[in-house]
Amino acid sequence: MTRSIDGTALRLVRGRPEGLTGATHSLCPGCGEAIAGRVITEVLDEMGLREKAVLACGVGCYIQLTNLMDIDFQQSLHGRAPAMATGIKRAVPEALVFTIQGDGDLFSEGVTEAVQAATRAENITVICFNNGVTGETGGHMTAASVVGQRTKTTLEGRSGAEQGRPLNMAELLASIEGTCFSARTSVNKPSEIQKAKRCLRRAFESQLAGEGFSYVEIITMCPTGWFMEPVEAIDFVDEVFSKTHHLTVVKDRRDRSGAGR
Amino acid sequence: VASQAQSKALAYTQGELADATRSRRWLSETVEVDWPDEERRFMPGNEALAEAAIRAGCRFFAGYPITPSTEILEHMAKRLPEVGGVCMFPGTEIEGITMAQGAAGAGVRAMTASTSTAFSLMQETIAECANGQWPVVIVNMCRGALQGDYYQTVKGGGHGDYQPIVLAPQNGQEMVDLTQDAFWLAERYRHPVLIFGDSVLAHVTETVVFRRRDEPELPEKTWATDATPGRSRRGVSYLGHTGLSTDIAHGVLRGLEKLDLIAQHEVRYETGFLDDAEVVAVAFGTAARYAKYAILEMRKKGVKIGYFRPITLSPYPSGALHEVAAGRKAIICLELNNGQMIHDVRSAVFGAAPVYAPRLGVQGRGFGDAPSVAELVQAFTAVAAEAGKKEARQS
Repeated sequence: MTRSIDGTALRLVRGRPEGLTGATHSLCPGCGEAIAGRVITEVLDEMGLREKAVLACGVGCYIQLTNLMDIDFQQSLHGRAPAMATGIKRAVPEALVFTIQGDGDLFSEGVTEAVQAATRAENITVICFNNGVTGETGGHMTAASVVGQRTKTTLEGRSGAEQGRPLNMAELLASIEGTCFSARTSVNKPSEIQKAKRCLRRAFESQLAGEGFSYVEIITMCPTGWFMEPVEAIDFVDEVFSKTHHLTVVKDRRDRSGAGR
Repeated sequence: VASQAQSKALAYTQGELADATRSRRWLSETVEVDWPDEERRFMPGNEALAEAAIRAGCRFFAGYPITPSTEILEHMAKRLPEVGGVCMFPGTEIEGITMAQGAAGAGVRAMTASTSTAFSLMQETIAECANGQWPVVIVNMCRGALQGDYYQTVKGGGHGDYQPIVLAPQNGQEMVDLTQDAFWLAERYRHPVLIFGDSVLAHVTETVVFRRRDEPELPEKTWATDATPGRSRRGVSYLGHTGLSTDIAHGVLRGLEKLDLIAQHEVRYETGFLDDAEVVAVAFGTAARYAKYAILEMRKKGVKIGYFRPITLSPYPSGALHEVAAGRKAIICLELNNGQMIHDVRSAVFGAAPVYAPRLGVQGRGFGDAPSVAELVQAFTAVAAEAGKKEARQS
């Protein structure tokens, strides 16, 4: 029992999730990926799935999570995680297999792998941390960058005429018959974090029930890549980023009304 | 009227047949197969290779059709489900090898097979498998110039500091034996093993014998991400940040120790007629088979010629070849390309004897063609004569 300096007993209200190893990370202050990683860990703990989970990790800042999350993992090459997850899932069908990929990894480098996995109705969950930049290399444009977004490669802002308009992955994957669940959430405020947890839970449940391919996109703040303060980044998600990448359940095969949440 | 051949598709389109695609194929441990102690079959090389893989315990295959390796995929698609295995049809070769990588990392014997151009696509993953220690078996059935892929198979085109194990079969029986060895080697050293064949080996139908295998014991797969409850977490990775023993520094160190071990224990080669040979032809795979026919003919005429056949192209049998070369009048390097293995032969011989490479003009012969025995006899005879003249001049 921990006690305060005057000796009164302190009750633990919120602690470190059991599923974290306790290792440290070097993600930037204000980064949404650390929050998203914690959210995933909490959902695995709550569902009692930690020992069944295998992560096929993409390449980006979030590879640090492989050291933070107390689960089995394989480190994939850039963009290839859904194919690796397929191999793992087919070999160990009782496992809960999911990927963590960024938008550079999924929207730019690895569209094929995700679309093919969804087409096969592969029983895996693809989780994408979308911040519209390749954060690990220093914040360059990806297929997800919103029009007008300044990045290291679009210093004057992404131009729809020059670089094309952003790809909406949740909608693209939802259009494939093999996808049973596709949603986009964020971690920029407590209410969105709760929605993200619900979506992850729903995706994992669908995988365990063998319903097919599930996709959860989490918009993660990247103050460094967005050239702004962490507090501004929280507002940027609401005011700009989510106007292109809408925060919604795009597809839920269990929801017959199709109205989302 | 739709064709009888597609009657199921017609029935589905007309709503008379339910879609059966929901019944997925998972790896199943319940299928026990009792292989006969010895079984003789008459099979094309690709099928022999695929069947050998299955009998060696391969239960996961992912491949994309490409001539001349396609029949491996066809055989796997038919046979793997029968033994409880999984055969995947990915959208690209990159996906295919990555699936095999994931399955191998989860502890299953996994393989992929392809051909020259698509094998190029796999280079990134092959390199990653070597450095991150994924024990995948990868087949390259070379097309065009039959051994034109020597560099990309043996030396590799991937990133980083790696050397795969490369086995070069010369006939159907070796397609069987070396494929079965490949799975053991992959797990023994936790390393990718490549099998380098060509369109002749792929398609020639020969008698092969499958024998029951008693494999030497293998280390436990304490790294496999098989989601077993009650143990500490595992990771397979070439990148850092893992906190596990596969971090870069450990990986590279272990890599060097591992390569030493492989070079010490796994170098394989075959020799013939070396006792009195003045000239020795060095060739591997299909080229070695052609060379042997030529050498047998020349021996009948009394020419003192022998042969040396590397079976492992990586690690290359350099030490053995150097010893063989000492005191010979000439070493002939025969390969069905514009000259790639010649550099390994030269560095192995290292001045112990003059090295010749006959110009055979293999390029432009089209798919699956190779020089005739008569051409080889002519070329080898010319080298022997040239070497004899040189010696006469020197003495």
